[in-house]
Amino acid sequence: MKGQAWKFGNNIDTDLIIPARYLNTSDPAELAQYAMMDADSEWVDKMKKGDFIVAGDNFGCGSSREHAPIALKAAGVSAIIAKSFARIFYRNAINIGLPILESPKAAEEIKEGDEVEVDLSSGTIKDITSGKTYKAQPFPEFMKKIIDAGGLIHFLRKK
Amino acid sequence: MTPQTISQKILAKHANLKFVEPGQLISCKVDLVLGNDITAPPAIKEFEKIGVSKVFDKKKIYLVPDHFTPAKDIKSAEQVKMMRHFAKKYGIVNFFEIGCMGVEHALLPEMGAIKPGDLIIGADSHTCTYGALGAFSTGVGSTDMAAAMATGEVWLKVPEQLKFIYKGKLRKWVEAKDLILYTIGQIGVDGARYMSMEFTGPIIKQLSVEGRLTMANMAIEAGGKNGIFDVDTKTAAYLKKAKAGKGIVYHSDPDAEYKKVYNWDVTEIEPQISFPHLPSNTKPVSKCSHVKIDQSVIGSCTNGRIEDMRVAAKVIKGKKVHKDVRLIILPATQKIELQMIKEGLTEIFIKAGAAVSTPTCGPCLGGHMGILAEGEKSIATTNRNFVGRMGHPKSEVYLSNVAVAAASAIAGHIVSPENL
Ligand code: SF4
Repeated sequence: MKGQAWKFGNNIDTDLIIPARYLNTSDPAELAQYAMMDADSEWVDKMKKGDFIVAGDNFGCGSSREHAPIALKAAGVSAIIAKSFARIFYRNAINIGLPILESPKAAEEIKEGDEVEVDLSSGTIKDITSGKTYKAQPFPEFMKKIIDAGGLIHFLRKK
Repeated sequence: MTPQTISQKILAKHANLKFVEPGQLISCKVDLVLGNDITAPPAIKEFEKIGVSKVFDKKKIYLVPDHFTPAKDIKSAEQVKMMRHFAKKYGIVNFFEIGCMGVEHALLPEMGAIKPGDLIIGADSHTCTYGALGAFSTGVGSTDMAAAMATGEVWLKVPEQLKFIYKGKLRKWVEAKDLILYTIGQIGVDGARYMSMEFTGPIIKQLSVEGRLTMANMAIEAGGKNGIFDVDTKTAAYLKKAKAGKGIVYHSDPDAEYKKVYNWDVTEIEPQISFPHLPSNTKPVSKCSHVKIDQSVIGSCTNGRIEDMRVAAKVIKGKKVHKDVRLIILPATQKIELQMIKEGLTEIFIKAGAAVSTPTCGPCLGGHMGILAEGEKSIATTNRNFVGRMGHPKSEVYLSNVAVAAASAIAGHIVSPENL
C-alpha cells in the first residue's frame, strides 16, 4: 500500500478521532465524514484514499468507541503508524481489520506529506520521499491469525 | 508456586491456568459482558454476522442505554430500539429501560452484579471501575463484545503490574477523586498504558467503597488496563448490601513482582484540578487563580453516587448558585435519585438554583443535557477533559472533586470550599 503521510501528535484521543456528538449512529460511511474533526476540521476533505496517519505516543487513548478505527478505515486510511497505541484502540483496530504499525523511529522521522509505502506482511515501512526504511514491531502469532482472517468476527466464523 | 498479584490470579483462574506472566496472550472465560447505547449497536451487528443462534448466557449480558438516554434524538432512539429488540430476541434478562436504569458503572455495582474474583469485560472504557470490588474488569470494543456474547470468552494480554501505595493523612475537602487525579498528574495519561494498577496502603483502607470506585474508574485515564483493590470488611459490607454474591477473594502475594511501586504521602495533597485538555494537566486548587466558569456538572460514573451528592449538598446548603453559572446535577442511578429526595438533598439543590436531572451520561461526553458553546468553561466531576468533550471544540472542561465543583458553582470561579 502506498499513500501520503498525515502527521498528528501525542495522545490523540478518541474524542478527537470521532467526537461523541456524532456517535448516535454506527454507520461507517457517516462516521467517516467526521474523522479527526476536532483535530483538523478540513482533514477529511484534504486526505485521499490510501493515505497514512503518522502519530506519536498513545494514539487512540480515551474511550472504547470502535467508531474511532471504523471512521478512519471508512475515510480511507490504509494504516496508522505510531510510536505507541492506547490499549483499547489497538485491540479494536486489529478486531476490525485496520492495519496499525508500531515504530517509534518511523513515527518520529516521517514528515507530513511524505510519500510512504507499507508492506504489511513483513512490517516494512518505506518513506519514499526520504528514502529511509523502517521495521515495525511484529505481531504475535495469535494476533496475526486474527489479522489474516480479516478481523475477529471472520476469525470466529472460520472456527 | 510463582508469586502473583490479584490481577494475575484472576486472569489465571479464568484462563484455566496455574499462573500467568506479563505479556502472555490468553483466552479467558468471562463472568459478565457489558454494552451501552453507543457500543452495543455495532456489537449487535457484528454478533449477527458470526452465525450463532444464541448468546453464551442470557443472564451474564448487561445492556445499559445511558449515554444518550432518555433518547435525545431520532437516531439515538433507533440505537436503543435495536438493543431492546436484541434483548427480546435472545432473552437477555439485564436490559435497563429509563425508569430503572442508571449510568452503567454506577448501576452494576449497586445492583450486586459484580463480585470479587470476577472477570468482566465491557464495551466502555470505564468498565475498569469494578476493580474497586476486587474483580478484574477492563474495557474493550464492540467487536470484542460481540465475540464474548457468542463465545463467553475474550483474548487478553496479561498486563504488567504497577503498585500505588498511599500513606499519610487526608486533608479536609480532599476526596478519593483527588488521589486519582494526583496519580494521573504524576504518571501521565500513558503512565500505566497496558498495565494493571493496584491501589493500596493505609489511606486506601480508610476510603469508602464509593471512593474506591471513583479511583478505579479513572485507571483508564492513565492508560491502565485495569485498576484493582483488595477486598476488606468495607467491601464485604458493600457486597452484602447490594446482595451480590461473595465471589472469590484473592490477595497479591507479598513477593509478587511489580514493574514499579509508587509510594506517596498524601498529607500535602490539596484538591486537584485537571486543566484542559488532558486529565494529567493537574494543579492544586490553590494555584488556580480566577478561572471563571459558565457551568458546573456534578455527576457521572466517576462522582454521581449518593456519597457525592451528600458532599455537594453540604457545600451548597443555604447558598445560591452564582448568577452566571449553570449548575447541573446528575444522580447516577434511580436509586441514588430516590435517596436524594428522601434525604432532602434534591430540595437543597433546587432551592439553590441547580438543575437536577434524571440519570444519564448526558454532558459528560458532550451528548446532551448541558452542552458547552464556543469559548465556555465548565468545571466537572467527570473523568475526561479532551478537546470538545463537553461540546464545542473551543470549550473547556476542568476536572475536580465534588466539593470543589459545588463551591465553584456558588463562587462563579474555581475555588476550594475552604475559601467560599
Ligand atoms: S458517565 Fe461519562 S465516562 Fe461514565 S460511562 Fe457515561 S459517558 Fe462514559
